[in-house]
Amino acid sequence: MPHDLDAAFLSLPMRLLADTALNHARSLGVEHADFRLERIRSQDLTLRDGNLDGSRDGEDVGFCVRVLHEGTWGFAAAVDLTTEEAVRVVDRAVELAKVARDLNPNRVEIAAEPVHSDVTWVSAYEIDPFTVPDAEKIGLLAERSRRVLSQDGVDHVTAQLGQVLENKFYADTAGTVTTQQRVRVQLFFDALAVDAESGRFETMRTLAAPAGRGWEYITGADGVFDWDEALDELGPLLAEKLAAPGVTPGRYDLVIHPSNLWLTIHESIGHATELDRALGYEANYAGTSFATLDQLGTLRYGSPAMQVTGDRTAPYGLSTIGYDDEGVQTQQWDIVRDGVLVGYQLDRAMAQANAEVLGTSRSNGCAFADSPGHVPVQRMANVSLQPADAGPSTEDLISRVEDGIYVVGDKSWSIDMQRYNFQFTGQRFYRIKNGQLAGQLRDVAYQATTTEFWGSLDAVGGPQTYVLGGAFNCGKAQPGQIAPVSHGCPSVLMRDINILNTGQEGGQ
Amino acid sequence: MSQPMTPQEIVERCLELSKSDGMIVLVDENSSANLRWANNALTTNGVMHARQVTVIATVGAGTGAASGVVARSAVTPDDLEPFVRSAEQAAQDNGAAEDAQPLLDGEAATDWYDEPGRTSATAFQSIAPALGEAFIRGRNEQRVLYGYVEHDVRTTYVGTSTGWRYRHEQPTGNIGITGKTADLASSAWVGQAVRDVADLDINVLDAELTRRLAWSQRAVELPAGHYDTVLPPSAVSDLMVYAYWNMSARDAHDGRTVYSKPGAGTRVGEKIADRPVTLWSDPAVPGLTSTPFALARASSAAQSVFDNGLQLQRTEWISEGTLSALIQTRHSADLTGLPVTPAIENLGLDVGDAGGDIDDLVSGVERGLLLTCLWYIREVDPQTLLLTGLTRDGVYLVENGEVTGAVNNFRFNESPISLLSRFSHASETVHTVGREFGDYFPRTAMPALRVPDFNMSSVSQAS
Repeated sequence: MPHDLDAAFLSLPMRLLADTALNHARSLGVEHADFRLERIRSQDLTLRDGNLDGSRDGEDVGFCVRVLHEGTWGFAAAVDLTTEEAVRVVDRAVELAKVARDLNPNRVEIAAEPVHSDVTWVSAYEIDPFTVPDAEKIGLLAERSRRVLSQDGVDHVTAQLGQVLENKFYADTAGTVTTQQRVRVQLFFDALAVDAESGRFETMRTLAAPAGRGWEYITGADGVFDWDEALDELGPLLAEKLAAPGVTPGRYDLVIHPSNLWLTIHESIGHATELDRALGYEANYAGTSFATLDQLGTLRYGSPAMQVTGDRTAPYGLSTIGYDDEGVQTQQWDIVRDGVLVGYQLDRAMAQANAEVLGTSRSNGCAFADSPGHVPVQRMANVSLQPADAGPSTEDLISRVEDGIYVVGDKSWSIDMQRYNFQFTGQRFYRIKNGQLAGQLRDVAYQATTTEFWGSLDAVGGPQTYVLGGAFNCGKAQPGQIAPVSHGCPSVLMRDINILNTGQEGGQ
Repeated sequence: MSQPMTPQEIVERCLELSKSDGMIVLVDENSSANLRWANNALTTNGVMHARQVTVIATVGAGTGAASGVVARSAVTPDDLEPFVRSAEQAAQDNGAAEDAQPLLDGEAATDWYDEPGRTSATAFQSIAPALGEAFIRGRNEQRVLYGYVEHDVRTTYVGTSTGWRYRHEQPTGNIGITGKTADLASSAWVGQAVRDVADLDINVLDAELTRRLAWSQRAVELPAGHYDTVLPPSAVSDLMVYAYWNMSARDAHDGRTVYSKPGAGTRVGEKIADRPVTLWSDPAVPGLTSTPFALARASSAAQSVFDNGLQLQRTEWISEGTLSALIQTRHSADLTGLPVTPAIENLGLDVGDAGGDIDDLVSGVERGLLLTCLWYIREVDPQTLLLTGLTRDGVYLVENGEVTGAVNNFRFNESPISLLSRFSHASETVHTVGREFGDYFPRTAMPALRVPDFNMSSVSQAS
């Protein structure tokens, strides 16, 4: 049963402010103007050892206007919801476009898009987390924390709950008007064990991915994540990790669980196929991409087993929404097909400017701002590695490995500014010997370059291994913006990957 | 529609509405303007006004109190009563807080009624023409410029039910410019943090980029390994800021950081660096001034809402190589038995036997590397604070004290704590901004360091 748009949001003067702003922008002779009014409710709760450590309940409301004036963008944002301020915001945006005009030799044009007149979209969730009493939330987290803390060898446990309810109203001078609502939640428990004698410590975290779901995901009522199992195994897994031997560096075959691989996909495919990066727009900050536009259709990204899609429509995806911040209806498309680069993430201006190479002048709906205070930039869709129809199970993949490592859960990550060289660690690493798991290892990191890594993709698991992972906090752009995004993938088998011992790297 | 209230009116009205035992109200007014460019042309820009009102209600007294924190951006007079009630309800729901302490007394500041500081597009009037000229020079001289400049003024108003009224205005300007050769094969970066962007000299920054890009005319490929490496102040800043962000005394006391003592407790008092290094923060240091009072909008391991108003003063986190303090709330100070030393929004590193500048350090290198900056720095092992990351936008080969070419990029695996024992030479400390963390922590003063065995773990093809 879809939810109604939140009445408190609808009571804000969005249409009055939009009409005021867009009419004023037209009177100043802009080629295009768009208006967004957003309300972002957020709540974060942190418990240490079952006691509330920090809580914060936030509501960010504001509006912004972006104008295209004489081929140059201008953007302004404010928080006072008055018609006088709407006019001032337009004036500021146009003033900034004028200051910037001399710095912009390339006149900006935006791709034409269908007009969507007063459409609405609400994400798929059952229980709005903001309707759940705080005392109930804290009670649930405290009970689960105590359960973990009671396990042998667990010295401390941290619980972190994040919840967001996001409402967006968008209107532009072409006549598109959209009103949208989405919910997302994340929860994890992180257990710490300290060996008092040596001072050595290890942590182990639950693996529930953040998701575009409601409170039912946190309680486990929807059956998506088995909280009981995850909490009960935390202590034993941690004890095994603390006692595990360090890895011997070298080259190994890896079976990687989706709880780890989603992040590798995010860094080495998701960011690398953002067209703004390929064009150099992020060169001073997050970086560029090795997957340059001239290689579209020819770049061998990985093995033929590699099928990657961009998708802003996937149910429960963190990047999922009905319309982007340029009024474009969201879509699903191919990014890598049979191991070859075939698509990018686009916004309207980049689609228009590169239509000849792209073979289309249509945006695929990847313009997004993280708040009403920020300009939309090209942001990531849910970029996912597709499973193989009737593909193997994770156990089948492990059985194909003579001497290797099974990787579960994400931890540390880093990749260079063109998305070649990366290094990842994880929550758990198991030695594989003769197709069988042979206990945990510690101090493991895998290091590779993107095309070498994906070229070593030997097999992808079947749909039964597919999990939608993701993050609340993908960073990009200046001024910095954070955005939620999901990445689905199956378990995979990678051959001959370089493994480091992080203790040795640190000179231990 | 109601008319906007002033920050002072919001503070006073919230306090009037309070039915709780104690209340703290913080209003952050933020005014900012920015320009961003790529490929010798402007891409995006913005002028923004943002506001965040944080109401912290406390229920109970002393160390048995509870707190509830709510924050809103847009508030009208009609919004305030439900807003305050929601903070009070949150405090009731949350139960007694572990970090609870009596609220601090205080007086009204003389500038309390001053308006918030503002910036606008006019902040760029002096530098926009210079930027335009740099773009033209770039196009003419086969050089491509990418960059970002921002001016931000944050004005914070704090009022408490115990009488404290405080206003703090923090202007911050920040610029970073990346230059690339026309074939995009080589790049260089310069960055600077200032209080007023009018103080920026685009021509000087562009000239430094041009000088560095010229170094890349000779390209040299080197393998992974341990190299005699000169880290510039920007790179040192990013590494030391990471080390500082991990200085929560509560976390160290739990046994989960590099500052934890095996067995129990913290390493405060222990020699953790073999060199005479002093890592300090000081809200009053000229050019890097920051708020002289603790301001906490939420509680965490490293800060407590109950500590709002604690006076800050110069704190040495490491003194002559000895760990001398960690970031403490009053609560964690009770736990650890150490003095209360809250976090401060600037950071400096001094080296006892330092001298000269970065060029002097380079002149002493027989064969080694000079970096520009570090990027994508992430923690690999909290036990040793092993960090990984990459070099970026210019690694140069130094031979017999001279830069002789540009080298490929590398991934490094290093611990900033370990580096403090291993560097061989340090320059004088200068104001700098970290490439990666400067956006979040722009006020730093660091030396350049020469490290004889910096661990370049693998080669990065990125240029």
